[in-house]
Amino acid sequence: MKASNGLLKEMWKQRAAYLFLLPKLILFILFIVIPVFWAFLIAFQEYGYSGSKWVGFDNFIKTFESETYRVALLNTLKYTVITVPLNIILALGLSTLIYPLGRMSQSFFRGAFYLPTVTSMVIIAMVWRWVYNYRFGLFNYFLDFFGIPPQDWLNQSDTALWALIIMSVLIPPGVGIIMYLAAMGSIPESLYESAKIDGANSFQRWWRITVPLLKPTTLYLTMLSLIGSFQVFIQVILMTGGGPGDATETVVHLIYKTAFRDLEFGLASAQAVVLFIITLIFGVVQYRIMYRKGEE
Amino acid sequence: MKLRRTSSKLITYTVLVVWAIISLLPLYWVFTTALQLSEYQDETTGQVISYVDSEPPKLYPMGIPKYFEEWGLARDAESAGDIVQAEHHRERMSAIVADTFSGFKTLFAGTNIWRWFFNSAYIAIVVTIGILLLDTMAGYVLAKKNFPGRNFIFWSIIATMMIPGQITLVPLFMMVGELKLMNTHWALILPDLSMVFGVFLMRQYMLSVPTELLEAARIDGASEWKTFWKIVVPLAKPAMATLGIFTFMNVWNSFLWPIIVLDDASLYTLPVGLKTLQDQNLAIFKLLMSGAAIAAIPMIVVFIAFQRYFIKGLTMGGVKE
Repeated sequence: MKASNGLLKEMWKQRAAYLFLLPKLILFILFIVIPVFWAFLIAFQEYGYSGSKWVGFDNFIKTFESETYRVALLNTLKYTVITVPLNIILALGLSTLIYPLGRMSQSFFRGAFYLPTVTSMVIIAMVWRWVYNYRFGLFNYFLDFFGIPPQDWLNQSDTALWALIIMSVLIPPGVGIIMYLAAMGSIPESLYESAKIDGANSFQRWWRITVPLLKPTTLYLTMLSLIGSFQVFIQVILMTGGGPGDATETVVHLIYKTAFRDLEFGLASAQAVVLFIITLIFGVVQYRIMYRKGEE
Repeated sequence: MKLRRTSSKLITYTVLVVWAIISLLPLYWVFTTALQLSEYQDETTGQVISYVDSEPPKLYPMGIPKYFEEWGLARDAESAGDIVQAEHHRERMSAIVADTFSGFKTLFAGTNIWRWFFNSAYIAIVVTIGILLLDTMAGYVLAKKNFPGRNFIFWSIIATMMIPGQITLVPLFMMVGELKLMNTHWALILPDLSMVFGVFLMRQYMLSVPTELLEAARIDGASEWKTFWKIVVPLAKPAMATLGIFTFMNVWNSFLWPIIVLDDASLYTLPVGLKTLQDQNLAIFKLLMSGAAIAAIPMIVVFIAFQRYFIKGLTMGGVKE
């Protein structure tokens, strides 16, 4: 009784703090907390014209049995496994090259690599669709230079996904470069000096000092791009529509189609929950691998 | 030794410049295609060629050299006293200018693009102002006030940052339907105002603000509200600039949610409008790229003007893409 009285007193004393927090908290509960919990409930229901009914794990069973979901998951994984490491390596490599330069060149290149990231992916996807065009595209024109015959990149089932992967690798890893450059700036110079005295050459110094000390940044970036590439959607809807066939079907595009084209809300929710769980597993596994290695 | 250093610098610059060109080429291509002449005469064969058919692709808007060429010819004709010929070249000059910008003209005349631009700008500005106010208030008390439930609230907010946005699509869609907000701008604004990364960012920043400053105001008998406006907001300005920039960018570029809730072409934001434009004019690249250019320019300007804050925001950590 007394304790709760004390608590209430304390809460009353701090009423201003609650009032400051209240507007954001209401929005947060309404548009994030409730929808997240609700999504799990919807996943166990089937929606029809007459309302909804509970169907237990049916939606999940359907999701796992569905050939399309499996294909979408495999495509998404393939896309992730290739683009994420390449983007991280590119970011690290380019940052290593940029870091020793003078102030002016540093900010010029940092800006040049980050600029495409601030423009909407919708624009980037539209221009790449044009670049990949069979008859008029720049891409085939460049390949022609090297004697490679033209391809209808986005409309062939064996090249369409590769076209999206190539595009994703060629979009510069602007965020990664900025974060790596900042992290490199915080590595103490003395470490390099003592390594120099020990006779380490510049590559050894980079490999033994820079790369290990950038690990937290690498982990953070990998997490970010992993979550990002699991959600690949804009390129798909604007460039291929998931086709030809389901060659470029990805999980989020499939969720979008299931929910808003087929109006199968329960099934779409189950698909989203499965994606969430897979993302979570990936994140945890990756975290453990990186930190286990660090301890040895 | 000296030679080696020079050559390695040369290699570094070469690699960086080549990669920067590859990175910027798509954006450059947007503007080049948007401003390309729809058709021009080939010098050697005299054939009239459409811009998409040009082999090799023209890496710059053809109108620029052609314009100056005609300008030179007009001047020559004038000094030779041939008024008719000079007039003819002047007409050609204005035809070149008209053709260069014809993509934009078609868009302004035939679509709602002004409307989309205005919608995008208005939604982005409203959300940015709202987020700045709400998140500065929330971040400030989470950092500086000690009240029951503070940590629980903070960690709940952090936990949701890990959840992929797609999971809430369906329930949000139903809620928006229930609230009769389908096909309105509120359907975009309200969920955007619930974004949480700003709370995290503002709290991180406020933690580094000395508490003595706030205490001083309280001892002077200023109300909480006054303290907030007179002391907290001025102190938080750098972080607010960063948060404002990122919020604006995220809202300006958002796509998945707007295509779900907006039906009327007059309510579209730019990315949604561009998609419908592409669906209707699959192969009219000059037109599509003109639309893309209109959507890209504001973000490029914002970036060039506020580059510092972008970098600061990213290195503060925890800013979601």
